Amino acid sequence: MTNTAHDDGFVVFDHVQKSYDGQSLVVKDLNLSIGRGEFLTMLGPSGSGKTTCLMMLAGFETATHGQILLDGTNINDVPPHRRGIGMVFQNYALFPHMTVGENLSFPLEVRGLGKAEREERIKRALDMVQMGAFANRRPAQLSGGQQQRIALARALVFDPKLVLMDEPLGALDKQLREHMQFEIKALHERLGVTVVYVTHDQGEALTMSDRIAVFNDGRIQQLAVPDALYERPENSFVAGFIGENNAINGMIDSLDGDRATVMLRNGDKIDATAVNVREVGQATTVSIRPERIEFKPELMPEGAHTLPAEVLDVVYMGDILRTRLKVAGQEDFVMKCRNTLGQARLTPGDSIRVGWHPQDARALDPV
Amino acid sequence: MASPLDPHAAIVTEAGGIDAPLTTADGQPLHRALARASRRARWRAFLLVAPLLAFILLTFVMPIGQMLYRSVHNDGFSANMPQISAWFAETEPGTTPDEAAFAALANDIQASAEARSVGIVGTRINYELPGTRSLFTSTGRKLRDGVEPPYREAMLEIDRKWGDPELWASMRNSSTAYTDSFYLASLDRTRDVNGDIVQVNENRRVYIMLFMRTLWLSALVTFMTFLLGFPIAHLLAVLPLRKSNLLMILVLLPFWTSLLVRTTSWMVLLQQQGVVNDLLIWLGVIDNAGRLKMMYNQIGTIIAMTHILLPFMILPLYSVMRTINPSYVRAARSLGATSWTAFRRIYFPQTLPGLGAGALLVFILAVGYYITPALVGGASGQLISNMIAEHMTGTLNWSMAAALAAILLGGVLILYWIYDRLVGIDNLKLG
Repeated sequence: MTNTAHDDGFVVFDHVQKSYDGQSLVVKDLNLSIGRGEFLTMLGPSGSGKTTCLMMLAGFETATHGQILLDGTNINDVPPHRRGIGMVFQNYALFPHMTVGENLSFPLEVRGLGKAEREERIKRALDMVQMGAFANRRPAQLSGGQQQRIALARALVFDPKLVLMDEPLGALDKQLREHMQFEIKALHERLGVTVVYVTHDQGEALTMSDRIAVFNDGRIQQLAVPDALYERPENSFVAGFIGENNAINGMIDSLDGDRATVMLRNGDKIDATAVNVREVGQATTVSIRPERIEFKPELMPEGAHTLPAEVLDVVYMGDILRTRLKVAGQEDFVMKCRNTLGQARLTPGDSIRVGWHPQDARALDPV
Repeated sequence: MASPLDPHAAIVTEAGGIDAPLTTADGQPLHRALARASRRARWRAFLLVAPLLAFILLTFVMPIGQMLYRSVHNDGFSANMPQISAWFAETEPGTTPDEAAFAALANDIQASAEARSVGIVGTRINYELPGTRSLFTSTGRKLRDGVEPPYREAMLEIDRKWGDPELWASMRNSSTAYTDSFYLASLDRTRDVNGDIVQVNENRRVYIMLFMRTLWLSALVTFMTFLLGFPIAHLLAVLPLRKSNLLMILVLLPFWTSLLVRTTSWMVLLQQQGVVNDLLIWLGVIDNAGRLKMMYNQIGTIIAMTHILLPFMILPLYSVMRTINPSYVRAARSLGATSWTAFRRIYFPQTLPGLGAGALLVFILAVGYYITPALVGGASGQLISNMIAEHMTGTLNWSMAAALAAILLGGVLILYWIYDRLVGIDNLKLG
């Protein structure tokens, strides 16, 4: 799906708040607009409010404050069965006393469709997930991946405009999960249906989504396309939650537009891009991706500040070499080098100098 | 059996494809080594259950077998009256007793009276024809002084009843040790003078009516426990565990009080001068003259039994409902079902194993219920088990009690079989 028409507001959360106990807010002032045909992922640790948002959208929870709009209409008071939203549950929730065919027939029966049309739609939906031969099986006779496909087919069989998925791949093993990610993505592109997907797996979110909303503490921390989220995190939480990250604490030494110099605790200075720092003397945490760190002088930009580093250990991971360094007194500094032909092999105890492009070092809020 | 996924299938085909049987490393045939290895495990398992098995055999299977045997075997007459029993064996039913028959009868009664067993004989005939025990004992007393031929005249002189064809039919029915007469009596049937099976007199027909009433009341009580228990079980299953445990104590509380106490407290509540009537009068629903009769009739039996059997419905239902993931109903709702449709088509069918177990449990317990109907049932609330108890302790006709109990047992087994065919016994969840 191309990133067009993302803001035509097919689904809109307008100042939505949610409290379960009347004392604390699980969702704090949520504002989000999801475009028609978009694949939007709500990503966050457990307890961040992402599943609550999904349940409010599905109609199983009511918003304590604010409005939820679907296609321009307020659905706050519409019961779940009249919302016409397809949903895939974490445990699939296939009805165990019905066959696969009956499971798919259920949403069509309650909509009063005739037998011939039901059968045709069921066949189409099952073929879509390559499960055409399984209509007479019971869910218990299917493997996890097969159940997953049936759950997907059931959520799509009545042609909903919007499909919600609540960690649908959580119970599958790694290989199957990766396979299903691509299948779901392909289905989404083929059908053009709007998908709101909830997960705590950042890899899944990066692979599948048009946009990702990172949740923490009941708020959206950053809403962005996957590459922006990874390469340009807007705060320390996002930087730490998405991908591997080196965090160095320091203080803003000088500030010139978005270019900043950061003074580390041991007095060393590094270059960084100012993201959410405002004034000189402010404490900051600088975030640098491990694969953007260089130790060969010829690859570093001219005039870049470099830091002395001591190699602590090198882990051979096949495609990459993961090197742990002691930098500026911190022992958890990680550098990743591609395992190319002729790549220099470092050994523990080596002394090197490391550096990076200033736009790869992002001065964020202090942790 | 040998589907491609069956792990045994590969071994079977492999063994079939090789001519020589497989052996273990030291040359023994594989199947024999396997049999020996598993035999030891089987023996050990058997020894573990052996004490319980012996206990059940001694205290349960044997007494019940003995009891069932009694229902078809009663030699009270045949063992003590050998000559007349032999005459019955030789003649067709409906034969008019001749001089030889009277001679055999007189000799048997005389011998029996001397052995002091004529009372047993009389009791046995009394089961068939009430009011005849004294005939045997008085005749026995008179015959001890000796009897002269012609026997027919002599016997008729002692008592005119000896010429009654119905009495002879009863004696013929009792003349074999193995008899179906108790089963016939349990179904309000008997054999007439000609040996044909007929219904007993209208004023003696009680058992079929009692069986029907027992089944009907048990079904009603089962339905009532379902109506009352289903919402409670659902509430228990959806509440947080801490609250549901507290409520569960309330459900189980009746279990911890004596059955007798519970039944008597229902008597306090339900009697005409009782709490419920007083309350209704106070509320102005009824006036003092129109006090409701809720006890010593069927209503009393139904109310008390429903209350006492309620936990047996709630517990299996609860244990099944607890395992039903709430996301099923949510999924149904998101797929477009109203909450009623989601309940009817998704939730309720999944509770069926628990409902079936609860219904079967309550029904079987209700069919055999004794104390409650005895205390609060009155005449119209008596069940078949009260009649069994009456025969066990009142009339001492144990054969009759055994026959009634066996019919009850057979009925329950048939219901169990029907349930198995309809629902499947492996779908039963007792907790």
